[in-house]
Amino acid sequence: MKISREEVEHVAHLARLHLSDGELQKMTMQLDTILSYFEKLEELDTRGLPPTTHVFSVSNAFRDDEVMTSLSRQEALACSPQHTEEMFQVPRII
Amino acid sequence: MNLFELTIAEAMEKMTEGEITSVDLTQNCLERIDRVEGEVRAFITLDREGALQGAREADLRRQAGKGGLICGIPLTIKDLLCTKGMKTTCGSKILENFIPPYDATVVARVKEQGGVLLGKVAMDEFAMGSTSESCAFGVPQNPWKKGYVAGGSSGGSAAAVAAGECLASLGSDTGGSIRQPASLCGLVGMKPTYGRVSRYGLVAFASSLDQVGPLCRDVRDCAVMMNVIGGYDPKDSTSVRREMPDYTSFLVEGVRGLRVGIPREYFVEGLDPEVEKVVMQGVELLRQAGAEIVDVSLPHTEYCVAVYYLIAPAEASSNLARYDGVHYGMRDMHADSLLAMYKDTRSAGFGAEVKRRILIGTYALSSGYYDAYYKKASQARTMILRDFQKAYETCDVLISPVTPTPAWRLGENVDDPLSVYLSDILTISANLAGVPGMSVPGGFSRDGLPIGIQLQGPHFREDTLLQVAYTLERGLGVARHPKIL
Repeated sequence: MKISREEVEHVAHLARLHLSDGELQKMTMQLDTILSYFEKLEELDTRGLPPTTHVFSVSNAFRDDEVMTSLSRQEALACSPQHTEEMFQVPRII
Repeated sequence: MNLFELTIAEAMEKMTEGEITSVDLTQNCLERIDRVEGEVRAFITLDREGALQGAREADLRRQAGKGGLICGIPLTIKDLLCTKGMKTTCGSKILENFIPPYDATVVARVKEQGGVLLGKVAMDEFAMGSTSESCAFGVPQNPWKKGYVAGGSSGGSAAAVAAGECLASLGSDTGGSIRQPASLCGLVGMKPTYGRVSRYGLVAFASSLDQVGPLCRDVRDCAVMMNVIGGYDPKDSTSVRREMPDYTSFLVEGVRGLRVGIPREYFVEGLDPEVEKVVMQGVELLRQAGAEIVDVSLPHTEYCVAVYYLIAPAEASSNLARYDGVHYGMRDMHADSLLAMYKDTRSAGFGAEVKRRILIGTYALSSGYYDAYYKKASQARTMILRDFQKAYETCDVLISPVTPTPAWRLGENVDDPLSVYLSDILTISANLAGVPGMSVPGGFSRDGLPIGIQLQGPHFREDTLLQVAYTLERGLGVARHPKIL
């Protein structure tokens, strides 16, 4: 097995998901098949090769520091499931 | 007359000559929608009133001599491009009621040029899929054959255009999501070079691979839509600052002297003989038109699926971290702690395929596995990019199938994710290498299902693709309208 049920549970926690027993069992099986398929990459000798993260390296896409219009506070808050007139609300943290 | 069957160019001509108005055309599309949508199921949001209002405004603009490139043309938009004041769901429950406060740059450009928005169309949830079956709000059907998939993830776009519900649609392509449904539904679809079209306001799936593009009835319309949406955008830091040609100027028949490469790795085991036959007919046509056919190799093609299904989920797991129930989208209101709120919201809001990819991506980026998975895949991506650079030393354009088979039945493969991933093998390398790719109708299977031909070119050579596509279109004369609906 490439991945255990416990590992899937841990990764789900990292991703802020919880999975039912049924989901956990199915995901473990499917992830195992998929991760085993990824072993194919071990055939490649990639030593010393630079990774490609973007095809064109556009670096420092700067613009002049001018004030432009942006969303008003009201517009930004309008999509939120719970908010006051000036901030987003979440359940108690402390 | 069936106005809904017109191409953009034909409709523009009729409107310019005063034969029809945009209101006529839009009304005709709305009637068509009433007749076929029950079976096609392309729409998530249909905005009748808004569309008619847009059509009236377009007619006034034209009268005032201020019409744009697509003034008065009824279009649909894949439901992951933000539309100000119009719901944008990404096919996901987690964004079921999300109304964006701004337009994506491509949507703004469509509006500037007078386009009329009929509404937003179905897609795989967060564009993760190849059949649109993971859409939370209904699954589109292939207008050419009942019970068959329209493809994905831009399946709603393809179904809507093929069924005559709109004249063209905007989709997005992260691993084939424009080209594959275009091929399965008999349309012209283009994934532009990475950076050619702005991603501002495109809900992110895999940021280094995503690109917006059109699905249309013919090659000319594809060129027109590229003129509308292409070009530098200061709001997208990966958008490339580079002169853009008038794409309609490349609609000339003729490929004399052009070197057309056949990548031998794309003619693999499992390739349907009917698909191969259609592609080879295209090759023969180009040969007779004076193109030089060359054999080329993209030796790392067999690694593309593994590379893609590591990189795309890794980027997705990071991009989708924003759906936490705080700023927008749904929230589970019962949770009593912040952590429980995050988990309950995300677990209830995301479907199975999205969860699967978030898990793969989170795992591949997690401590201890990063080097073996994400870094290894990013290095292998360099090899794939170099394959293309090398191939383009000996040819100007690559010709191949788009998918190994024509459309398949709805409901097949839903429980076998890896086999669906493998069906993407011929389209994902263009995204990994950032090169432009296109699907052009090539013919039909014995069952009457469309089969597309894929063209790929060097970075920013959309012009060459359009020229070859135009030559194929004129020479092959493939039927445009499904008969069954």
